[in-house]
Amino acid sequence: MMNNVAVAISQLRVRRGRTHVFDGVDLVIPRGQITGLLGPSGCGKTTLMRSIVGVQKIASGEVTVLGEPAGSRRLRHRAAYGTQGGAVYGDLSVRQNLAYVAALLRAPRHDVDRVLDEVGLRAQSGQLVDSLSGGQRTRVSLAMALIGSPELIVLDEPTVGLDPVLRAELWELFRGLADRGVTMIVSSHVMDEALRCDRLLLMREGRIIADTTPAALLEDTGAADPDAAFLTLIERDRGIHSDTRRSRREARGQHEEAGE
Amino acid sequence: MNGSRMFATAGRVLGQLRHDPRSIALMVIAPSLLVGLFAWLFSDQDGVFDRFGGAILALFPFVVMFLVTSITTLRERRSGTLERLMTTPLDKADFILGYALAFGLMALLQAGITVSFAVGVCGLDVEGPLWQLGLVAVVDALLGTALGLFASAFAQTEFQAVQFMPLLVFPQIILGGLFMPRDQMPDVLQAVSDWLPLSYAIDAINAVAAGDEGWDVFGPVLIVVAFAVGALVLASLTLRRRTP
Repeated sequence: MMNNVAVAISQLRVRRGRTHVFDGVDLVIPRGQITGLLGPSGCGKTTLMRSIVGVQKIASGEVTVLGEPAGSRRLRHRAAYGTQGGAVYGDLSVRQNLAYVAALLRAPRHDVDRVLDEVGLRAQSGQLVDSLSGGQRTRVSLAMALIGSPELIVLDEPTVGLDPVLRAELWELFRGLADRGVTMIVSSHVMDEALRCDRLLLMREGRIIADTTPAALLEDTGAADPDAAFLTLIERDRGIHSDTRRSRREARGQHEEAGE
Repeated sequence: MNGSRMFATAGRVLGQLRHDPRSIALMVIAPSLLVGLFAWLFSDQDGVFDRFGGAILALFPFVVMFLVTSITTLRERRSGTLERLMTTPLDKADFILGYALAFGLMALLQAGITVSFAVGVCGLDVEGPLWQLGLVAVVDALLGTALGLFASAFAQTEFQAVQFMPLLVFPQIILGGLFMPRDQMPDVLQAVSDWLPLSYAIDAINAVAAGDEGWDVFGPVLIVVAFAVGALVLASLTLRRRTP
């Protein structure tokens, strides 16, 4: 049973300064699937991904990744992270970027060539990353995450700013990886991309407001497209959440009165 | 710590530099130009350049390497590549030492050229062996690299990183003994200068220039090395895998 779970998070709390980014997030992400992390910008997608790959300072809670505590030494070979905006060395060639990651992971030598073919950058391998187009740059970032054949790949907004053709190509690549058994966690704020995922986590203001599948999302909301479905869910959540907020405020008010 | 990852990191940093020939030129040539300017300034006054030229040799590699290192590592923090590296098996020590190694090699090149220029072209008169002058320049550049690595942890922007120079570097220059021999300073300032690494670098250079031997040269050099190692340790302590 545990073997089917890639990521298990319980009661995760993250604070930044005085604000609570997460105040008790629970979630389970299955293995071998593409899980889409969707929500408006600022909703906590990046923080959640950072928590999963173990670079986020957390206040409390448990994050278990592939059966180990997030960020533990052994996971650094098994999970890869592609940050928002690529995080590649622009002043190195494509091959040099990949060779560096391969050296850090002690990946086999031919891994660089294998990955270059997978992302279709063989012809550009000698070019400086800074001279590439935005789409190619994104693929370099993805290629770096593929080195060493990790079991889990976490990608933060990998398709942002790309044209529809490139986006479709990337999602085909993700699908191919998932078919090979790789667990993919991909964030996006483009709701159309939701339909390409196996599972969906919809986030808003640091909370998971839906843990569903694309079909169930559309069915549940009766919406025609994911954009409308997401808006419906946000409306619903706003209703519930403002209620609880109001009741909490009222409760606090009563409490203060009682205290006086 | 792991040697191969440290070497991979050093190789990567040098690879980045190789694609930036302008920076290499600045790093390698700028100190020579400044030494040349200094020599020219005192060309009509006999013996002044011989007295101060050595100390200047200790200064420029330090300043240049401080700037280059603090900006480069800051760029790594800000571009997200550092965060990516922190999810790989790369140890923090490998990262820091990889940088120190790469810039140490650049420092070797820089010191070789600067010392040759100062002695060969500007006619700097040195009593001691030239390799010792080079050694002090390299150790000094390493100190600059180490402090730069450390300082970059406290800067959020390139602008701030550059502002650290007046804060961390200028007092060391002023109190280092270049403007006034340290034993003539007010007691308090002399006590402060005893705690600044650049003071020892200038002591070492002056010892080489005067033809001193043994402990007079290597004592201060070792102190500078100790400061550099200390700064590297602090730099790796400020590097965090988990950030807020």
